[in-house]
Amino acid sequence: MKKFLLSLMCVISGLLFGALILKLSGIPAFEAYNIMWNGAFSKPNYIAYIIIRSTPLILTGLSVAFAFRTGLFNIGSEGQFIMGALTAAYFGFIFHFNPWIQIPLVLGISVMVSSLYGGLAGFMKARFGVHEVISTIMLNWIALYFSNYMVMLEGFHKANTETSEFIQPSTSITFLENWKNSDAGTEWFSHHEFLSEFFRPPVNAGIFIAIIAVLFVWIILTKTSFGFKLKAVGQSLEAARYAGINVNKKMTQSMMIAGGLSGLAGATHVMGVSKNVAILAAHEGYGFDGIAVSLIGSNSPFGAAIAGFFLGALKYSGQKIQSALEAPSEVISIMIGAIIFFIAIPIVFEKLINNFHKLWEKK
Amino acid sequence: MKDLIFLFSTTLMYSTPLIFTALGGVLSEKTGIINIGLEGMMTMGAFIASLAALKSGNPWIGLIAGGIGGLTLAILHALASIKYKANQVVSGMAINFLGSGIAIFMCRLFFEGTSMTPPLELDKKIPAFFGQYATVYLAFFLTALVWFVLTKTVLGLRMVSAGEHPKSTDAAGLNVSIYRSIGVLASGFLAGLGGASLSIAIVSNFRPTLISGQGFIAIAALIFGKWRPVQTALACLFFGLSQALVIFLGGRENIQISSQLLSILPYVLTIIVLVGFMGKTTAPSALGE
Amino acid sequence: MLSLELRNISKTFGSFKANDSINLKVNSGEVHAILGENGAGKSTLMKIIFGLYQPDAGGEIYLNNELVKIRSPRFAIRKGIGMVHQHFMLVRPFTILQNIILGIEPRSPFGMIDYKKARAEVLKISENYNFNIDPDLKIENISVGMQQRVEILKTLYRNAELIILDEPTAVLTPQEVIDFYRIVRNLKQDGKTIIIITHKLHEIKEIADRCTIIRKGQYIETVDVRSTSEEELAAKMVGRKVDLKIKKTIAIPGDVVFKIENLNALNDKQLPSVKNFNLSLKRGEILGLAGIDGNGQSELVEALTGLRKIKSGSVKINEKEIAQLTPKEIYESKLAMIPEDRQRRGLVMDFKVKENFVLQNISKNPFSHYGFIINRELVKFSETLMDRFDIRPRNIELAARNLSGGNQQKIILAREIANNPDVLIAFQPTRGLDVGAIEYVHNELVKLRDQGKAILLISYELDEVINLSDRIAVIVDGSVSANIDYETITTHKNIKEHIGLFMAGGTSS
Repeated sequence: MKKFLLSLMCVISGLLFGALILKLSGIPAFEAYNIMWNGAFSKPNYIAYIIIRSTPLILTGLSVAFAFRTGLFNIGSEGQFIMGALTAAYFGFIFHFNPWIQIPLVLGISVMVSSLYGGLAGFMKARFGVHEVISTIMLNWIALYFSNYMVMLEGFHKANTETSEFIQPSTSITFLENWKNSDAGTEWFSHHEFLSEFFRPPVNAGIFIAIIAVLFVWIILTKTSFGFKLKAVGQSLEAARYAGINVNKKMTQSMMIAGGLSGLAGATHVMGVSKNVAILAAHEGYGFDGIAVSLIGSNSPFGAAIAGFFLGALKYSGQKIQSALEAPSEVISIMIGAIIFFIAIPIVFEKLINNFHKLWEKK
Repeated sequence: MKDLIFLFSTTLMYSTPLIFTALGGVLSEKTGIINIGLEGMMTMGAFIASLAALKSGNPWIGLIAGGIGGLTLAILHALASIKYKANQVVSGMAINFLGSGIAIFMCRLFFEGTSMTPPLELDKKIPAFFGQYATVYLAFFLTALVWFVLTKTVLGLRMVSAGEHPKSTDAAGLNVSIYRSIGVLASGFLAGLGGASLSIAIVSNFRPTLISGQGFIAIAALIFGKWRPVQTALACLFFGLSQALVIFLGGRENIQISSQLLSILPYVLTIIVLVGFMGKTTAPSALGE
Repeated sequence: MLSLELRNISKTFGSFKANDSINLKVNSGEVHAILGENGAGKSTLMKIIFGLYQPDAGGEIYLNNELVKIRSPRFAIRKGIGMVHQHFMLVRPFTILQNIILGIEPRSPFGMIDYKKARAEVLKISENYNFNIDPDLKIENISVGMQQRVEILKTLYRNAELIILDEPTAVLTPQEVIDFYRIVRNLKQDGKTIIIITHKLHEIKEIADRCTIIRKGQYIETVDVRSTSEEELAAKMVGRKVDLKIKKTIAIPGDVVFKIENLNALNDKQLPSVKNFNLSLKRGEILGLAGIDGNGQSELVEALTGLRKIKSGSVKINEKEIAQLTPKEIYESKLAMIPEDRQRRGLVMDFKVKENFVLQNISKNPFSHYGFIINRELVKFSETLMDRFDIRPRNIELAARNLSGGNQQKIILAREIANNPDVLIAFQPTRGLDVGAIEYVHNELVKLRDQGKAILLISYELDEVINLSDRIAVIVDGSVSANIDYETITTHKNIKEHIGLFMAGGTSS
């Protein structure tokens, strides 16, 4: 409860800071926030877009949060995301099974590859004492360039583009993808305005996968002896070691699960939204945003779900002030940075909360 | 021979931003403060330098302004990690979001909604001497200066002791926060110079992908260099060389090495070296506390 | 010459009163001991004198009868106060010289340090007091005794007239202790005022002129050391008459249950640190392993419990070889341990009490089924232990952090005993506990012994080893240098000096 309050205060302060920045730049802040609010929730297709946007953020946030609970800082979510996306794009392109086999198979391989990729950082920490923050930063760039290399590979590269071939339709997890543009679909949707708008964006099964993942992580962390040990390692490495817990194994396992979750984000993104992978000049930021999500959600699975949705909404609606007010949408990055900054200095806000508490009790 | 000279000068050129930034990282981490926000500070420095150089027409003003741009963010980092005992990695991540956010935000405000600054005219860039930008020489001079400060001076002794054993430093009647702040602020200024050396020397404008990870490579370099200024500069030269090789080999028809795979090289090597260190930590003892 | 007087000094942390209107008068040129139990508030008081803490309103500090407000260590140093902390305040990768001058470095142009001048000054002081140091050695390469001399030199270099020494002999070898006494006498002769914080009675008898006793944050009284016996001092410290002896019957040892043969292990620097170590324990006895900190005890314990790789040798429990097993397998072979540092190694401080009870057994029946935790069983198990060991407050949902040191140790004790071990390694089991808790732990260990368990007690406190053990082995430089039987322990006139000699590296002839 106190953590929730703390996060909420940081978020509110971040939003206020954003308003201040806009104000200082001569942009009407209230109007901007109004546009963002309407741009987020006034139409069904906006909400659909936010859900689509949130899906990978919830998953990468979950990934970072999970590693956090074992005392590891998974900055490598970005690279694990890329590996998941690349794997999904690749096998989604070369396999030709029916969807019932194709989808689980491609998802499974993607999760496996990315979990090995994440696990590598855990293993190097456990075995060689290489700090995971450093190794995952390196692994992020390795993943990026490796993905770029693969995209340009003969047979996978789509000629005259900067992207790979599209995945087979049987790999897609987008809802009603063909039907909504078919005659029957158009006909049906013309009578159902709300759903028609809602399904215009590539709404896909990713959000359900993300929700399942949230539950999965919550159960592991709170209900199982495996999660108990992971948390013991995260809270006190030495005590866990003395209690006979195989700390090295736990670190690797934790990073594998974290990697798998980030990979799932990448895979669902490819299979539900982008349908291919492109040459990247720089990181897209899904993993880094995942760190924000995890921090805002105070490293808990449900927190990550809420924070992921919040960040998704913020990022989606932030674009709208650009066209409406010519206000740079980067104000969103600034807000996120400010929120994380405030979260980094809990002392300040804890004091505030405690003072409020005292006032409350006096009454 | 011509190839070698090309390779050599390209290496020097590409190492420069890394050297500035990594030296900054050394100064911060030597005092015990992890600075993972170098990337954001570089971005900020790159933009502010470009802006100042365009507006003033003087690249030197641009360079200094770039340093100040990085310094501004470093103030935040110092405040969080020294005064408010923040988790330094988290604060650094916040700085990265803020750095790129503020830089591009301001860019759009100043330059009609575009995320790139207009190019500097050639004669408004940092001048070159003997085929190298002045910033290259400055980077080497600063390497020597940082080495001198850390190993020979009173200030250096105190900064290092703040990073090794802050309690002792405190018990010696010194104010640890002051020496840590000096380290962090210097790191921001140097990272800002690093960004500037990209936007107003190597290329002639700022754009969102300009820094793309160099701040993180600088961190790798300082670990590579075991937190020592001279070794760190050498590590930067090594990373610069691998960047130069990408360009050098990329421009040839007869050599079939993917530039993408070649780009991976420095990162893979860093990991290999880190694994090779095995147990031998040379990091300041109180880093991150 | 510097005298010190404290009037009405209090210090509150939250709702906890660490110091409660304490008065203290230290004459110039005397050696004044501050005696008190762990947690009595001695260190807080010293930190106030040294400017690390500020006293609550109303407290006054007088130096040479002049009222001062000591705002910072820097100010304290300027006023001629020096402090040697229990945990040395030395920068390990720095040289002795660098450590001494840190903060008041002599300068040459460009902000450079004038090492030449500094070295000359340091050598002069060193010679004055016979310190015998090489200023260019790095701290990480010198002995603990030498480090202490560096600390004292540091205060002298700053012209300290009043030197506070916090638990100065805790980490020294008996030989180093003798050197230390000599140094203190030299300092006194030179007119320095010395304050020694300690809970060691014989140390006070040895060097102090007067002694102030503090109990539970309160001033009890100041006594003249010569006219007060050790027993009187102890009673004043604890607040009741204490029996320094532990009540126990003569052990009736059974079969050998734990056997260590030619054990070798390396330390973190990959240097041999447990060397051909041999020891065997019988059921129903307490074997005390005496030795000075840093003679391989930590490495030995880690090797025995599977936390450190064993290079060669054998360790057997009930004839079963456990030398290369994992910590978990060793634990399941009925070897239990009370670790040295309970807050770091014994407990997960932010876990609940009930969770700490099952740290090792969480994945076992009945605490989990198919990997899922059965909370009901956890609660049942925990409630039983809480009752049996009288752990307070009786709330298993509380984080371990919120319990007192004694109760934290009880959690560990309860957990380890609940596994019904054959062998219990108790490593510094009473470190930092108050007298009541120490008695509890000691009695509990004797009870276990009487139930036929073998107990290996490893302690740096020689008194504890002598009082509790049925047999004593001395560890020096990673191997057993002497074995002392029960008869010798109980009948030898100067048993402490006898063992102390072995601890310092003497051999049995």
